[in-house]
Amino acid sequence: MSTYTLNVNGKDRAVEVEADTPLLWALRDTLGLVGTKFGCGLGQCGACTIHLDGVATRACVLPVAAIGRQKITTIEGLDAKHQHPLQRAWQELDVPQCGYCQSGQIMSACSLLKQHPKPTDAQIDDAMAGNLCRCATYMRIRKGIHRAAEIAASEGKQA
Amino acid sequence: MSQAPASLSRRSFLRNSAGGALLIGMSAQGVLAAGARAASPAPGFVPNAFIRIARDGSVTLTSKQPEIGQGIKTSLPMVIAEELDVDWHHVRVVQGDLNLEAYGSQGAGGSNSTPNNYENFRRLGATARAVLVQAAAQTWRVAPGECTTDGGAVLHAASKRRLAYGALVDAAARLPLPEAATVALKNPASFKLLGKRIGGVDNAAIVSGQPLFGIDIQLPGMLHAQYIKCPVPGGSPLSANLDEVRSLPGVRDAFIVKGTANLNGLRPGVAIVATSTWNAIRARRALKVEWDDGPGAKHSWADFTAQARKISRQPGTTMLRRDGNVDAALTGAAKTVEAAYSYPFISHASMEPQNCTAWIKPDGALELWAPTQNPNAGQALVSYTCGIAKEKITMHIIRSGGGFGRRLSSDFIVEATAIAQQMKDKAPVKLTWTREDDLQHDHFRPGGFHFLRGGVDAQGRAVAWHNHFVTFANRVSQDGKTSLRNGSGGSLSPDEFPGRWLANCQLEQTALECSVPMGPWRAPGSCVFAWVFHSFIDELAHAAGRDPLAFRLELLGDQDLMPPTVERGQPYNVARMRAVLQTAAAKAGWGKRKFARGQGQGIAFHFSHRGYVAQVAEVTVSQDGQVKVDRVVVASDVGPTIINLSGAENQVEGSVIDGLSTLMFPALDIENGRIVQSNFHDYQLLRIGDAPAQIEMHFVKSDQPVTGLGEPPLPPLAPAVCNAIFAATGKRVRELPLSKVDLSWS
Repeated sequence: MSTYTLNVNGKDRAVEVEADTPLLWALRDTLGLVGTKFGCGLGQCGACTIHLDGVATRACVLPVAAIGRQKITTIEGLDAKHQHPLQRAWQELDVPQCGYCQSGQIMSACSLLKQHPKPTDAQIDDAMAGNLCRCATYMRIRKGIHRAAEIAASEGKQA
Repeated sequence: MSQAPASLSRRSFLRNSAGGALLIGMSAQGVLAAGARAASPAPGFVPNAFIRIARDGSVTLTSKQPEIGQGIKTSLPMVIAEELDVDWHHVRVVQGDLNLEAYGSQGAGGSNSTPNNYENFRRLGATARAVLVQAAAQTWRVAPGECTTDGGAVLHAASKRRLAYGALVDAAARLPLPEAATVALKNPASFKLLGKRIGGVDNAAIVSGQPLFGIDIQLPGMLHAQYIKCPVPGGSPLSANLDEVRSLPGVRDAFIVKGTANLNGLRPGVAIVATSTWNAIRARRALKVEWDDGPGAKHSWADFTAQARKISRQPGTTMLRRDGNVDAALTGAAKTVEAAYSYPFISHASMEPQNCTAWIKPDGALELWAPTQNPNAGQALVSYTCGIAKEKITMHIIRSGGGFGRRLSSDFIVEATAIAQQMKDKAPVKLTWTREDDLQHDHFRPGGFHFLRGGVDAQGRAVAWHNHFVTFANRVSQDGKTSLRNGSGGSLSPDEFPGRWLANCQLEQTALECSVPMGPWRAPGSCVFAWVFHSFIDELAHAAGRDPLAFRLELLGDQDLMPPTVERGQPYNVARMRAVLQTAAAKAGWGKRKFARGQGQGIAFHFSHRGYVAQVAEVTVSQDGQVKVDRVVVASDVGPTIINLSGAENQVEGSVIDGLSTLMFPALDIENGRIVQSNFHDYQLLRIGDAPAQIEMHFVKSDQPVTGLGEPPLPPLAPAVCNAIFAATGKRVRELPLSKVDLSWS
């Protein structure tokens, strides 16, 4: 076991784990940040999506030893008051069904909005292709991203 | 107002609840008068197990049903809130533990939660409201009939007085409860909340990543388990390198669990218990097990297919229905069609893999945190298999990351318990399945084969229908005897449409024995029968040169109700089906639009789980055979009231896309008794780019009981799409999944 200092949601956190431990399990089992979900362990479903220096990344295939000083953002730290435009749009449009994949969906969508503040349906389908939703909330995910873009634009900030 | 035994129950409930947990037996009024484990002894008005109103006016409602994404934790409390007449913003919903005596049945399956509880829940709210009105009327010394309610307050219009419920709770708590059956319910026309779009009560927690799901449970000193079963269901471990595994980092223990022969229960396996999920998964990679594969190892999908073809030429082992003379009718038919349809085994693949946390206390009591659809069955299986009295089992029902029928099975609950029983230091244990476990050790939707013959007469009417259905069965032991039991959804009802409608109809069934565990999958049976039968009806319509809608309307006939012909069968409300079929067709512009080659519309309908649904799908098939669903029009009749419009629309959209996903992509191969696919790289599900461009939903209101919507909108999707593909390309899809079918055209 080794101790790693990870920058999670703006704070340095020490985790004592084996070097090969995926970030997903360090977040969930060691730091108690369970918003990042386990779905496949292969980077196939996107339930574990977090941001690494602002870029959507699958935490289930990212060993803790490979992270270094890169900044990790999880769903818990996306917005201090959980009022990110995506979080508001998701509630306004009642996007979740079971809800399990939605933190990953929101993290991927956030990455998309940084790149394309006003995305087209095609850009949404492209950027969100790595996130499975077994309840199939895809229609509302599309709407939710458009709505979040609208909220962000009306408030003059970047989503 | 009556002061019948219900009030006694309520009084004893209140008296006891001050002291903590209690149970009250079922009275004549059932759950309506029953008490509950008190959430807290805080003062307030607690008329039953589901409602607590505090002095500050806050309302706490208990949801008894498991929440799996179907939205029941929002919709059933809405029903209480409507009749109670409180502001939804003042309502907090909490999840109840398993407690049948307090709550009545607690299972999420068969789209039953709504029809089984809707009327009762209205009365729960109305009963409490009546007492609050009585309390206000007494305070004001006016007749209760002069009082009205609105937004959590009682009003007396004549004197312009108003008392909030919070101010009435002490007075209300002293009053007897009226007989639930006698209280007046609202006129649905005056509903303020029902029918509106209300967001899920857990949405804020979901979008901010708060602990909510079974897999999120964390307890002090908790350990993490992996459970490794034989790749061939029915197999068991002979030996394993347990000492080596025990020496790996973070591993606390590794041991063999003997298990039972029940394929849907505690299967034999090897447990690894470690200090973190990853330490257990890593150790598992070093595990070497010598397995006794058991008799299932000889099975393969290729072999099952060959057997089914052979059997199709023989009489079925079960004659389900024999009306008229099919052979004579086919001989006399103007045109006949013969077709073989087949579909593979598939998995539920809920996004949250199966998991359960179990804690055996020093006194032998068991506490469970289970993301389950079927807590009562889980408790029973654990009690029976692990030898723990039901009274010593506390079951917390935890939100599930998807159900689809998978969590009606309780294998993961009994596995967690069996592992927890081995913990020498009585540590709580969370068992987490990997995705590979989840896909390869599911209780699968059975595959199946249908060998169909049909005929139409010179006027283009259907005159004969013959189906030999080859399905799957497990061998089960009970009381020293073994027998074959068909998989869930693997039995055809003699009354399944178009049985009952045709003078010459013969339905036969034969089961192939397999060791693959099977279980209910969203709209069991219906999810595949609708595809087969409405595809074949389409084949007959085209053989007759008829419009597929007109052909179906004629087949349904003029009668309004088709009585059942089997014991405990259900009448089929033909009028309701005609109405949804005509609505879907009209809204889709059926027969009024011209489509270019490669584009087309298809239509289908299906009755299941008390719901009547018809769908029209529009597709574009590219010349190289890529299918894109452009639009789906859905007409559903689930009664006069849609409880939560947002939730209902979610269920329809989800069912439509789930139906499309299942049509297009997933299939499991079986080789040497093993499931070949292992994760989402080789078990594909639909991704956002393949979702339809447009789903249009219409709710046809009928004067019938309010029923559920988690399953009925799924079955018609697959045949509607396949019939549209035929209209677009002339190619008939008879084998699933669609992604393996060549649909190219020139």
